[in-house]
Amino acid sequence: MKYIDEYRDGALARKLAGAIAAEIQPGRRYNIMEFCGGHTHAIARFGIEDLLPPEVRLIHGPGCPVCVLPVGRIDDAMAIAARPGVILCTYADLMRVPASNRRSLQSAKADGADIRMVYSVEDALTVAAENPAAQVVFFAIGFETTTPPTALALVRAKAEGLANFSVFCNHVLTPSAMEAILAQPQDGPDPVHVDAFVGPAHVSMVIGTRPYETFARDHHRPVVIAGFEPLDVMQAVLMLVRQINDGRHQVENEYSRAVVPEGNRKAQALMEQVLERRDSFEWRGLGALPDSALKIRDSFADFDAERRFEVPARSVPDPKSCECAAILRGQRRPEECKLFGTACTPESPIGSCMVSSEGACAAHWTFGRFRERRRA
Amino acid sequence: MSTGSRQGRVEMTHGGGGRAMARLVEELFVAAFDNDLLRRRDDQAQFAAPTGRMVMSTDSFVISPLFFPGGDIGSLAVHGTVNDVAMAGARPLYLSAAFILEEGFPLADLGRIVDSMAAASKEAGVPVVTGDTKVVERGKGDGVFITTAGVGMVPDGVEIGGDRARPGDAVLISGTIGDHGMTILSLRESLGFETGLRSDSAALHGLVADMVASVPGLRCLRDPTRGGLAATMNEIAGLSGVGMMLDEAAIPVRAEVRAACELLGLDPLHVANEGKLVAICPPENADRLLAAMRAHPLGAQAAIIGRVTDDPHHFVQMETAFGGRRIVDWLNGEQLPRIC
Amino acid sequence: MCLAIPARIVAIAEDGVTAQIEVEGVRRPVSLALVEGCGIGDYVVVHVGFALSRLDPMEAERTLALFAEAGLTGGAAS
Ligand code: SF4
Repeated sequence: MKYIDEYRDGALARKLAGAIAAEIQPGRRYNIMEFCGGHTHAIARFGIEDLLPPEVRLIHGPGCPVCVLPVGRIDDAMAIAARPGVILCTYADLMRVPASNRRSLQSAKADGADIRMVYSVEDALTVAAENPAAQVVFFAIGFETTTPPTALALVRAKAEGLANFSVFCNHVLTPSAMEAILAQPQDGPDPVHVDAFVGPAHVSMVIGTRPYETFARDHHRPVVIAGFEPLDVMQAVLMLVRQINDGRHQVENEYSRAVVPEGNRKAQALMEQVLERRDSFEWRGLGALPDSALKIRDSFADFDAERRFEVPARSVPDPKSCECAAILRGQRRPEECKLFGTACTPESPIGSCMVSSEGACAAHWTFGRFRERRRA
Repeated sequence: MSTGSRQGRVEMTHGGGGRAMARLVEELFVAAFDNDLLRRRDDQAQFAAPTGRMVMSTDSFVISPLFFPGGDIGSLAVHGTVNDVAMAGARPLYLSAAFILEEGFPLADLGRIVDSMAAASKEAGVPVVTGDTKVVERGKGDGVFITTAGVGMVPDGVEIGGDRARPGDAVLISGTIGDHGMTILSLRESLGFETGLRSDSAALHGLVADMVASVPGLRCLRDPTRGGLAATMNEIAGLSGVGMMLDEAAIPVRAEVRAACELLGLDPLHVANEGKLVAICPPENADRLLAAMRAHPLGAQAAIIGRVTDDPHHFVQMETAFGGRRIVDWLNGEQLPRIC
Repeated sequence: MCLAIPARIVAIAEDGVTAQIEVEGVRRPVSLALVEGCGIGDYVVVHVGFALSRLDPMEAERTLALFAEAGLTGGAAS
């Protein structure tokens, strides 16, 4: 596979590992947060941690859209889906995310709700066109990568007068979440030490590299935007280690083959046309964050499921004893949660970090458990 | 064979026990599966019981679409049960087949399925000797469901079971993984995929016979169907109380399967196979077994893909081609395309 | 997050928006509505059925060269 296999080369990986090890300064720790679930997944799937020196600790950040969606919003989606005549279209990733009372979209479907999995928002438009008597709601989730397609669907729905289509919008913004992580107190019982960030790959294709400048300039954290292939991750670690050693804090772009500084202007304009910032949005694990999510503009109000249907809009606390919050912020490791591997497994997840294979807990369960013994 | 039973659609009377049913059975099923035991028209098949150990297995087949490149629900229903019997090292002898038909299902399609099933059974040399048909109302089935059962004989001296893997043993696979599951997934219209893939559906008892003849000390045999290679390895690890260490670079995967998995966010280790087997044998027999497998057309791409380890956690691990290590876990929930 | 892979455009429909991409013989339709100036033969990064970015072959080479370069120093150390 061109542009994939070259970036998975094991021989190069060993050499890069050697280069990283050579740069490590004795006695120094390197706490690097990979913000994105895509990176978390790559790290787990390719076993990258085995190739890194022990001084480098990778902290799995909150960049998995499934993991940060709060229980309340899933409850809302289920309330919409339970209405007669509604077809709820969703990406398959959301089917098993725990809602209140150990329910999920999957159990709602078993109870008879018409919930359909789609691979693309365009499929949801097709479902709407084919079922004029039904109300078709698209359960939109995701960071800036997944947002432009949703915006495009709204434009199309309006242009085509697709009156039975609406979007339940849960799009969230990456820089706000990074901001929230750094805004936490750096002392106290659970200090978070994030020395540097591996920046998002595909989000950055859309937003470009500039939104990260503030983390370098104001927070003095190096950021390296990196692709999702394993050599990209290793190279980013090398670049971050060098920045930390040099006392630099810059935004560097390792993923220059797909990311340009200004991002995808066309996609940005489209998002701007259709969506606007919410004052505040709740994130699982991170709580309510200002300016951290998008809602549908008044000019597209007719296609906003939150206005078309009454939703309970209750804020539901995360399950007790679930450490997702601390894990998403990098304060705890998955194996430190009491429920990990006992009450909570990917088969019956309690917190959202255990659902998506990009979630820190699921990644650790699925790919990394054997390392615990070594650490212990 | 009269064409009367191959036109029109399945009606409730086809399962009603009256003349319509008798005709369907006669003209479609008995005609296609034709053999001495079936021709007696009894409610059961009588045959002489050989001495020794017998195995019996059953499986139900529900698949959408019913027809796919490389097979259909009929051939699959034969291969699936033949393979389940064969995975004991056994020689499959007889099959039964039960059909649940949905009212309105085109008889022409049923004819195609039955013909393909009969062809698969003849090719495998394992006759369908008894059967049953029921019809359910429209909307209460998905066209056709088939349940087959099979019996077979285990040759003397062959002891194969999921609990027999020992640390140090070699793990082999008979060919490329994920072909069947990815073929089926690509046919889902919502995914809009085009591939040149074909299901690997095949009866493996011939391959098994060669393997058993070459290495009688074979310890485990399993066909990695639903849940893929990952599920099979975890099953054996659990049953035998051992761990596994797979070598990613050694596992044969077609380029197309790999690409489709990348596009959909799936792991080829979780994708179903219908014509592959996993074998575990003592390390000193591994090369001989590999040679026997490669000498058979269904094992031409066989490979040694790992070894059994001593592990109280019974982890199935894999050395990645990249140079790291990871766990190979069961598939969780359904196999669904990911977007993140 | 955001599963996306590079794929080659092999056909573009008359509307200029609907395209076929191919990876190792696997084809599927994608929308080019969110990118500009992509033609047949270009590689695009595809997410949920949409091309989001054109892959720059020169930059791809440059990054690979970077790996190799870093590897040179590392090779000596390991
Ligand atoms: S293991 Fe489960 S309960 Fe514990 S933090 Fe992770 S998701 Fe939450």
